[in-house]
This record gives sequence, C-alpha cells and structure tokens, in this order.
Amino acid sequence: MIASITGFGSQALGPAWPVVWSLAKIVAIVVPVLLLVAYLTLWERKLIGWMHIRVGPNRVGPMGLLQPIADAFKLIFKEVITPAQADKWLYFLAPVIIIMPAMATWAVIPFAPGVVLADINAGLLFVMAITSVGVYGVIIAGWASNSKYAFLGAMRASAQMVSYELAMGFVLVTVLMVAGTLNLTQIVVSQNTGRFASMGLNILSWNWLPLLPLFVIYVVSSVAETNRHPFDVVEGESEIVAGHMVEYSGMSFAIFFLAEYANMILLSTVATVMFLGGWAAPVDLGRMLGLQFPDWIVALSGWFWLFAKVFFVVSLFIWFRASFPRYRYDQIMRLGWKVFIPLTLLWLVVIAVWMQTPWNIWKAT
Amino acid sequence: MGAVREFFDSLLLKELIKGLALTGRYAFSRKITILYPEEKTPASPRFRGLHALRRYPNGEERCIACKLCEAVCPALAITIESEQREDGTRRTTRYDIDLTKCIFCGFCEESCPVDSIVETHILEYHGEERGDLYYTKPMLLAIGDRYEKEVAASREADARYR
Repeated sequence: MIASITGFGSQALGPAWPVVWSLAKIVAIVVPVLLLVAYLTLWERKLIGWMHIRVGPNRVGPMGLLQPIADAFKLIFKEVITPAQADKWLYFLAPVIIIMPAMATWAVIPFAPGVVLADINAGLLFVMAITSVGVYGVIIAGWASNSKYAFLGAMRASAQMVSYELAMGFVLVTVLMVAGTLNLTQIVVSQNTGRFASMGLNILSWNWLPLLPLFVIYVVSSVAETNRHPFDVVEGESEIVAGHMVEYSGMSFAIFFLAEYANMILLSTVATVMFLGGWAAPVDLGRMLGLQFPDWIVALSGWFWLFAKVFFVVSLFIWFRASFPRYRYDQIMRLGWKVFIPLTLLWLVVIAVWMQTPWNIWKAT
Repeated sequence: MGAVREFFDSLLLKELIKGLALTGRYAFSRKITILYPEEKTPASPRFRGLHALRRYPNGEERCIACKLCEAVCPALAITIESEQREDGTRRTTRYDIDLTKCIFCGFCEESCPVDSIVETHILEYHGEERGDLYYTKPMLLAIGDRYEKEVAASREADARYR
C-alpha cells in the first residue's frame, strides 16, 4: 500500500515528492506525540490524585477525558505577554529551541521492526546530540526574559541538565558497548537474542537485568534531565516561582510545558529501547510454545508492548512526583557529580571486564 | 557496621522504595473525595448559613425591634429602624443585613429574645453585583417563610443541648 502511495506521489509531484513525503511522515509522528503529551497531563493529574486519595479531574467530559482539550483551548486564547525589557527575538526563539529537540529525536526512535523515520547508524549519537540542544533553550529563555527569577531558574536548570547528561552519556555508552552498535533498531534486536530469548523469555534477556544499576541511574537521571520532581528546584513553587518560564504566558508558556512532557515521553521511550527491549513482548509465546501467530497480531503486539512499556516508565516519573520531597540544589549536584558519574564509570569498567571473561553473556549475539 | 549498612541502604534506595510503596498502596485505596454538587457532607443543626427572619404561626412577624442583634453584631452588619404601629406594638420598618460584612458568628441569633433572626442551613447563594448581598427586611422574611419548616426542625433538634 505504501509503495503504491509513493509511486503515485512521485508521479504527481515529481521532484517535490520526497519533501512532501518526509513532511507527511513527520506529521504522522508529531501529531500522535502531541496528543500523547496532552493526555499525559491528564494521566499525571489522575495518578497523583489517586495517590493523594483524591479522584483527580473528572468534570470535563466522561472521567475528565476532555480536560486536556479544555486546557489547550484556555492556553491558546490567553494573551501572550512580552515583558517590556525582554529581548523580543530571543524571547520567542527560546520555546522553539526547547520544543525542537523534544520532537526531532523521535526521528530515530524505532517503533516497530523497520518502522522508523530515519534508520541511521549513529542513532544513539543523534539522540545524545539533539537532546543536549534543549539546554540552550533554557538558557536563552532565562536570559531573554530579563528577569532575576527567570535567570536564576535558567542557571539552575542548565547546570542540572548538563550534569546529569554526563551520567546518562556514560550509561548509554555501556549499552552501546554491550550491544555493539549505535543503531537503535539493532540495539533492540540484540537485546532479544541470547539464551533466554531463544527460550521465549525475552524479559530476562533485556538489558535492564544485567545492567540493573545503570537502568536505575538512567531513570533517575532522566527525571533530573527533564527537571521534574524530585529534582524540580528549577520551578519549585515554594522558592523560585516557575524558573526560566516565569515570564511566559499563553501559548509560549504552553510550548515549554509541551516540551517538558514530550521530553518525558521521549526519555521513557529511549529507556524502553535501551533497557526494556523496545517493541518485544516480555514473554514470546510464539517462540516458547512453537506457535505461529498471524502477521497482524505480531505487528499489533509490537505496538502494544512498546506503548505499555513507555506508559510504565512515564508512570514511574509521575509516581516519583507523588512520593518524594524536593531535593536541595546542592544535594542534586552532589548526587549527579559525586555519586552517579563515579558509579557509572565504575560500572562501565565492570561491564568491560565482564565482557572479556568467558562468562560474557553478550558474545553470542 | 552501622555506617556500612547505612551506605548500602542509601545506595539501594531502600527508603525511597518504601516511600514509593506507600504512595503505591494509596493509589488503590478508596478515595475520600466528595463529589460536591452531587454529594454533600452532613451539616449540623447548628450550621450558621444565610439569615432569615421568622414569623409566628399566625403570620405576625416575630421581631420586636429590640435592636439587641444590632448592638451585639461585631461586624456592624445589621441596620434596624423601628416605629410604633397603630395597635401600639413596636415593629421594624427597616431590617437590613449586609452579608458582605457579616462574619456568620451567630451572635444575632443568640441575642434574639423572640427567636426572630436565625441563621439557616443555606450556604449555596450568591450575588452577581455588589448590592446583591445587601439583604433587606422583605428578603429576609421571604427566606424565613420559605424555609420555616427546616429552621424549626433544626432548632428543635438542637434544643435539648442548650
């Protein structure tokens, strides 16, 4: 079907077709991501409500399902205020720079076998490179607002994001080491091969088990990286209002908000791809019992498991928010520099030594 | 030994996992939210809500314009003017309560010798303009007429504790 569409398109549009086709693919990824972001805000409010023994939003639509749409309309119709002293150009550039990496990284995320916008060999490198650009948006937002609070928030946010990116980088290097490839699709495939995977017990073959400490560090670092609880000193209500986005209003604020939640989903997806076996089912009944399922069930189950795993990791983020008190700023820095970076470095060496021993479990791949 | 255990407890996130377990348990417990417009909390018969002026069963208004409520009102929310009627009794010509001043302390009701001014159980009322919450005598009497049964019942229920 796709082949017939591309054939028709290239005939009708000629040289413009590749551009149109790429744009169509981008829309096909970005629109569902934005919808997920909208409903993630609802799920967050619901889950935190449940953990507070409340019921959460339930007034707009059945079970509050239309709440995100009401919120979106509210934000769209609010006035976008520019502070008189702000640097107008940079002020409106900042939200763009923040949302761009949150959306662009989806280009290399494999959703199912072969379903990926750009199946590039340096996928992992692309993820690392693009996500770091977000820090610039934070700095520019804080600087261009020309406000003390915004600037303080931006300083905190950028220092924190830079510190935890190092720990995340080391974790991803270890994953790269055991997988032997930077291509995200290959990383998923390599997790689903090995002794346990051949028995159908994929869940024991995924990276999270042999690299458990790193998985924990990765999840905690991604919480810090997205500036969420308990590492949200950036916008801790009790001390610094809303951090770098304090001067923004209406849709320009909504874009920061979108970016934060899109980053949450993104980092959860990356965690899923790196540690939780991507689209693979935890227990492969087909391989275990020697059954042959129809293709559409296999394809559908891939999407289902990817969604389920991302949902689980995102819910972890929200669970943390409902449970933990905010860290003090120096504690955050201490955790990043004095605990996570040495730990990940140490573990990198441990894994490297492990891979040289006869008990190397990754050699078979 | 204690230091070592503490080190490993913190490294293995023991306390954080305890906290997560607690919130995780609460996520599935029964919710205590009261869905307000549909469900309401029970109110005491002593509840002090919107004011009302009561009448005797024969239709005569109870208020004798003694102005005790006006005197006791700590917020100076009550304004009373009175005159002598043809039958020689003293009655109010004006009985206003400014609900924007009122602090709902209930002193007016306590001070009233004839149980005329009362505070009802009504709390769901509003005004759309500033003047809307300035309640005059006919308005207060109308509230009293409308809710006499409930007012009498709650006074009855509370009487044996006074």
